[in-house]
Amino acid sequence: MKKISLLLVCVILVMSVVGCSKGEVNEQGYYNEINVYNWGDYVDMQVIEDFEKEYGIKVNYETYGDNEEMLAKVQSGGSDYDVVFPSDYMIEAMTKEGLLQELDHKNLPNFKNIDEDLKDMSYDPGNKYSVPYFFGTIGILYNTEMVKENVDSWDILWDEKYAKNIIMINSPRDSIGISLKRLGYSMNTKNIDELEKAKEELIKQKPLVKAYAIDDYKNMMLAGEGALALVWSGEATMLAEENDYLEYAIPKEGTNLWFDCIAIPTTSKHKKEAELFINYMMRPEVAAKCAEYIGYATANKEGKKLLPEDMQNNKVRYPEGDILKQGEVFTDLGEFTVEYDRIWTEIKVQ
Amino acid sequence: MVKALKRLYAGLVYTFLYLPILLLILYSFNDSKYSGKWNGFTLKWYKALLEDSSIMSALYNTFSIAILASIIATIIGTVSAIAIFKMGPRMKTIFMNVTYLPVMNPDIVIGISLLALFTAVKMKLGFITLLLAHVTFNIPYVILAVLPKLTQLNPYLEEAALDLGATPFQAFYKVILPEIMPGIVTGALLSFTLSIDDFMVSFFTTGSGVNTLSIKIYSMTKVGISPKINALSTVLFLGIVILFILLNKREKISE
Repeated sequence: MKKISLLLVCVILVMSVVGCSKGEVNEQGYYNEINVYNWGDYVDMQVIEDFEKEYGIKVNYETYGDNEEMLAKVQSGGSDYDVVFPSDYMIEAMTKEGLLQELDHKNLPNFKNIDEDLKDMSYDPGNKYSVPYFFGTIGILYNTEMVKENVDSWDILWDEKYAKNIIMINSPRDSIGISLKRLGYSMNTKNIDELEKAKEELIKQKPLVKAYAIDDYKNMMLAGEGALALVWSGEATMLAEENDYLEYAIPKEGTNLWFDCIAIPTTSKHKKEAELFINYMMRPEVAAKCAEYIGYATANKEGKKLLPEDMQNNKVRYPEGDILKQGEVFTDLGEFTVEYDRIWTEIKVQ
Repeated sequence: MVKALKRLYAGLVYTFLYLPILLLILYSFNDSKYSGKWNGFTLKWYKALLEDSSIMSALYNTFSIAILASIIATIIGTVSAIAIFKMGPRMKTIFMNVTYLPVMNPDIVIGISLLALFTAVKMKLGFITLLLAHVTFNIPYVILAVLPKLTQLNPYLEEAALDLGATPFQAFYKVILPEIMPGIVTGALLSFTLSIDDFMVSFFTTGSGVNTLSIKIYSMTKVGISPKINALSTVLFLGIVILFILLNKREKISE
């Protein structure tokens, strides 16, 4: 009896696999499935379900944890993703390698909802290959009970007062980047002298640093084990909203602007449906739903207007004017990346 | 004194094993999105878990793959083990080594090499490639679980069965198979858990929107791992506990 039931389970499972729709055109004239590859937990699944209902297109939804993973899968050639969500520098790298298709803006009327200040960025001039989805900054998350002064400069991360209470980001580009910014250089510099100076500053700072962290900073800051942390805005602004004693600040020397965007890889065989999906994601109500679910800053100006007041008016989440103008976007350094990695290693082994 | 030390030592070992799981369960009822801070009791993560279609489909995929892969690998592995068992000493050594290699191989090598193979033969990545990959890395474990049981067999058992009028198939099915069953069950269970746990090989060999739980959880690191995952882990853990209790009960009854 047990054996028979096991067999039945097998048969049902096999049937369910084989019985999958083989992909044809539905009554609305669209191919009936697309493959979407996104960061984990980076969309409100409700909007995906609504899209499926509205257009009769099944969305096969798969997730990754970082840009490089996504690149590896797209490069392997065995995948056939129709929509991917690369960050700024990754778009540049993928464009160079011919891994992204040009977008046909005729099919993307909702592009008008995107904030003008966030269009036409250096990583993708004219938004030929991508449209922005979320954006943010790098800044300082600090504990107001431990830091009584005004936080407005990167210098505070070098302040002896906070020795062993400073948490840095365990990421070469970002940590070296702010050290460069503090000295008045570009975050994308390829000048070895400038990099060496930034390195010396970070080595000087090392005795003050409690930890180099990426994800664990959250628990440390919540528990009051750190006074200041260098962080990406996405989650930090949410933490600051949830906890009275945490604040997020963007220093005046300028910061890094980061973008997570939506693009179509060359492996896609269904550009029409992919563009339909991207256009749908740029609807104000869809963008707002995602922004509310994830808590990051949406690049969709019209969508932003639909958010709760306190979310909209959060100046650190939605920086304006100079900060945006001063903000630098990381460029793809190509071969030069190894220099940054070398310098980071030299700092870490001190 | 010695007794107290022994107890302390055992206590420490089990604390290390179970404290993380207890914390995980605790935080699945926490009202805050961040662990490390208790904001009050809630069941909202369990509700959110049920409503999250992507986690649910990952759960479904994980279990379908694990069940199918362990069944297929167990059948192939058992048959292979019997074949290896009947070989001459030289061939046996060769095949045993060939079987051990994949077990020693790092996952990432298996993952990348399978990906290379699938792309070379122009297979579309998806459920089927994922299943093939899981069957592949499970087979050696089944072989290694079944072989010792075969060597323990009385070598004349099969002959006796044949003498008493059994067909070769009957001899295998009615005599040999029940004898090596414990090894087969061990191999199947091992395959099942390996399959559920695997991240590396799955990551490289999946596609077309087929996520497994481990890929899903790993990919959440960007925006922080949601307490929904704590809720899911709690449910899985309880499932395993209940399974154990049932198994123990059954053994007691059969004794």
